[in-house]
Amino acid sequence: MENRRITDHPILDFSEGEVIPFTFDGKPMEGRSGDTIASALHANGVKVLGYHFKTKRPRGFYCAIGNCSSCLMVVNGQSNVRTCTEPLLPGMKVETQIDRGVPDDV
Amino acid sequence: MMYETDLVVIGGGPAGLMAANTAAGAGASVLLLERDRHLGGQLIKQTHKFFGSEKQHASERGIDIAALLGDELKSLEDRVTVWTHATAVGLYDDGVITVDYDGTYRKVRPKRIVAATGASEKFLSFPNNDLPGIYGAGAVQTMMNVYGLRPGKRVLMIGAGNIGLIVSYQLLQAGVSVAAVVEGLPQIGGYAVHASKIRRAGVPILTSHTIVRADGKESVESAVIAEIGSDWKVVRGSEQTIPCDVICISVGLTPLTELLWQAGCEMRYIPALGGYVPARSDRLETTVPGIYVAGDAAGIEEASAAMVEGHLAGLEAALSLGCGGDGCEEERADCLKQLSSLRSGPTAEKIRAGLSCAHGCQTPKRRDEHA
Repeated sequence: MENRRITDHPILDFSEGEVIPFTFDGKPMEGRSGDTIASALHANGVKVLGYHFKTKRPRGFYCAIGNCSSCLMVVNGQSNVRTCTEPLLPGMKVETQIDRGVPDDV
Repeated sequence: MMYETDLVVIGGGPAGLMAANTAAGAGASVLLLERDRHLGGQLIKQTHKFFGSEKQHASERGIDIAALLGDELKSLEDRVTVWTHATAVGLYDDGVITVDYDGTYRKVRPKRIVAATGASEKFLSFPNNDLPGIYGAGAVQTMMNVYGLRPGKRVLMIGAGNIGLIVSYQLLQAGVSVAAVVEGLPQIGGYAVHASKIRRAGVPILTSHTIVRADGKESVESAVIAEIGSDWKVVRGSEQTIPCDVICISVGLTPLTELLWQAGCEMRYIPALGGYVPARSDRLETTVPGIYVAGDAAGIEEASAAMVEGHLAGLEAALSLGCGGDGCEEERADCLKQLSSLRSGPTAEKIRAGLSCAHGCQTPKRRDEHA
């Protein structure tokens, strides 16, 4: 798989962060400290984060700053998490969202 | 429990940071609300050097300006409280702001408000525009410059305004190939200096062109672009397929003004400023007394103008509370002078026209002045 992490940049310095293990649809993956869920998935080559609840067309993130809600996923059982701004934590269970999701208190 | 303070600044980008620093420096107590987990807004991903004059930190990079403004805020920490991961979700008639602060629901009653909520990226309508791999220019910048990730291997950039040109150059810096920059207008919208940099690197800028459609199964695999005539219709037979795994949309920004709508500010639709913006005085007070606006929320401009507007709005809010001392008149005059200088060039003609429509409102007297 192509390496998406930038190691050589004329202005910015991206040091190798601490490894953060998580799972995506049951598959073990690794992110780095400083990652959001979406950035860690992107580094692992995952572009499809969910499917539209009605049309079932694939969805990826669009804005990456928490505006557009195109990146909603199920994280540790909680649906509709904006993964583009949610920090990645060790052991997170991240899943593709395919429907409207379920409110927390149900 | 109600949190009481002199001033709430909504948004910790260039405008909000300047507003908070200025008002706290003048003696006001300030609560700064920021939706993200860190301050700086979009400055934290801007690796290019800024234009303008020394007062707006020209020739420094956005990332360094964010750090500078953040340090100044820290030096005022006895008067400034910062809530990050805090989204202002409501602004009510009685002046109360409701906030989702790190998962808890809070109520805040300030004497004054500066709305520095910024902007969101515009989108473009074309078949398959929902495919993964189609990102806003800001998202591409965030991915590269904040998270250190290449968005893909080969990018098609839509829009040759300053953001489209700058992000194209940043993609090249990160080792990503840019297939072309596509621009609907017959001329490049951004500065020639940015356009030259990417042209020198061999990236074609195709004016009078548009994206016709995106194609791909689960994510972008190619795009069809075509020439458009003066009637903005596709010239038949000019279609060409561009293999790419990323399509980057850079077609402008629109002010984020939901809170100002809810507060009952008079809103005006001004295309030159990016959409609906609040009517305001030249001192940035909206038609709701005590609510000021600064930065992209007031109309889409550059970060340099946002910083000066934030400075002015913070100063006006503090002065209206009886804060500030000698030299405030000069400070105000200097802000107004800086703004008119930033907006003086031929490229700012659109901004000047837009602002003449946004200014010239009567702010009714504040409740505490009626008494």
